[in-house]
Amino acid sequence: MSKRSLRDHSATRLSLVALTVVIVLLFLLLPLAQVLQQAFAKGPAVFWHSLQGEDPLAAIRLTLLVAAISVPLNLVFGLAASWAITKFDFPGKSLLVSLIDLPFSVSPVISGLIYVLLFGAHGFLGPWLIEHNLKIIFAVPGIVLATVFVTFPFVARELIPLMEEQGREEEEAALVLGASGWRTFWSVTLPNVKWALLYGVLLCNARAMGEFGAVSVVSGHVRGLTNTMPLHVEILYNEYDFVGAFAVASVLALLALVTLGIKSAVEWWHRDELAATRRH
Amino acid sequence: MIDLQQIHKTFGAFTALDHVSLSIPRGRMVALLGPSGSGKTTLLRIIAGLEHADGGIIRLDGQDATDLSARDRRIGFVFQHYALFRHMTVADNVAFGLKVRPRDSRPSKDEIRERVSTLLKLVHLDGLAGRYPTQLSGGQRQRVALARALAVEPRLLLLDEPFGALDAQVRKDLRRWMRRLHDDMGLTSVFVTHDQEEALELADDVVVMSHGRIEQIGTPADIYDNPATPFVYQFLGNATRLAATVQGGTAHLNGWQIPATAPDGAAVAFIRPHDWTLEDAAAGANATLRHASVLGSSLRLDVTLEDGQDIEVDIRRDAGQAVPAAGSALRLTPNRVAVFPATA
Repeated sequence: MSKRSLRDHSATRLSLVALTVVIVLLFLLLPLAQVLQQAFAKGPAVFWHSLQGEDPLAAIRLTLLVAAISVPLNLVFGLAASWAITKFDFPGKSLLVSLIDLPFSVSPVISGLIYVLLFGAHGFLGPWLIEHNLKIIFAVPGIVLATVFVTFPFVARELIPLMEEQGREEEEAALVLGASGWRTFWSVTLPNVKWALLYGVLLCNARAMGEFGAVSVVSGHVRGLTNTMPLHVEILYNEYDFVGAFAVASVLALLALVTLGIKSAVEWWHRDELAATRRH
Repeated sequence: MIDLQQIHKTFGAFTALDHVSLSIPRGRMVALLGPSGSGKTTLLRIIAGLEHADGGIIRLDGQDATDLSARDRRIGFVFQHYALFRHMTVADNVAFGLKVRPRDSRPSKDEIRERVSTLLKLVHLDGLAGRYPTQLSGGQRQRVALARALAVEPRLLLLDEPFGALDAQVRKDLRRWMRRLHDDMGLTSVFVTHDQEEALELADDVVVMSHGRIEQIGTPADIYDNPATPFVYQFLGNATRLAATVQGGTAHLNGWQIPATAPDGAAVAFIRPHDWTLEDAAAGANATLRHASVLGSSLRLDVTLEDGQDIEVDIRRDAGQAVPAAGSALRLTPNRVAVFPATA
């Protein structure tokens, strides 16, 4: 390679790096800083105070609860679906693959409305639910259901391409060596996808905590009861309580940063293994 | 002793195996040889239990294994691309088959470690126990796969294109080494290959397959000397295919009269390049030389027969012997000719 082309390469690299840095600053860090700045606009005392009330705490609790239920559920669903799709052949497989994408292709508001039509007081199952004194819409179960639906594809979408690419040979090798299906899953399939699984779970978690549209439709916005953090932010904002809105928003952003931090930490702990198994 | 009877397998409309029967005696090394799509890999996978036959019976050591799970067959399988567990070290890969045994038949941790280290020594990988598969070369990976398969003391070792993914020199060395290992350990092995040279060099018995059927079973010498069908001739290569006509038990070809069992009508004849005798052309020429080339100790002649068909002829060449000029008239007689009906 001549000196000239080397220089051209480094020029290209520099401009690409610069572009990325600008984009990250402009669209990621600046808004984040803005959120924090607004949250602390009237000083840390006001910030702290606006998080202290019943309602913000209830919203944080509810958001964490919804994530704590829907993420594990979707971890199991996503893993099971990807396993079935990539390691076995069965009729209706392509239909299942398209169904997994459904929550991505349907607007979250529509997803929420479907639940209202299904479980609402005038909905399909409404009278039966009322008769049995079960409340789903405008209550926590509805929020969980809507969140599970909206975040369903994240884990499966991460896993399917990877497992597709890995093929079935390692599982077959394990089988011939005498391993049971369960044992094969735990010691061959799962370790091979654990990083993609972690990534899918993080995306799923981020969306579960941040979901607005579907949850907004089914929640009913009952303060202290059915308000998640994103809904609470909106309410406060509409009431011109900017410090309160941005304080809750900054906690939501912080939760996202914590999940990212956990991911980086896990990767750092396993850096040797990652380096060894990722090289091809 | 492995006994397969009338194994049948279809994938949709495609017949992968068409009532195949095969018997493999203990201690033999058998090659399943055929082009891609001939069903050889499917047969191997059915023996291993990775694929389920639509019909037929599999017996392992006299025991009916047709419905036995791959888990319980005690068969070692070396995959074409090795299928090593990518997140496990070499030692863990080799130990896997022992670690997954039910508690009552599982060796102790020390025994497993001992066995793994013996096996790694056997395949000359003792220093690499802590490496991951991606840190190994193709030949090393292949030997790990072999050690992993041997760890469970299989009654039968199956290898799918075992040398397919390796470069030429490594392939040659590994082939010899594999044959020695087979003999030293008293294994029974079946390997799949599309390389006739590999099959003839390595195997005790060669099973030639085409379109889901067995064309011929025999020792390498049998297969080479007496191919049973035109397919075997063509697949093994190194034979010229010529058109001939059969009438009353005699094949007529370029003025030669060759005894043949094929029915009357059009026929095909196969003659190997080294099965010709060059005679004195003064007795009557029946061919014309197009080109002659020296291949070490032999002479390769590209010849056009009187009836217009082109053939290749290899004859022994003594040092200093004159090379015939292109265009010269020759008199050739075939020593061995195989004649088949033209439709086959």
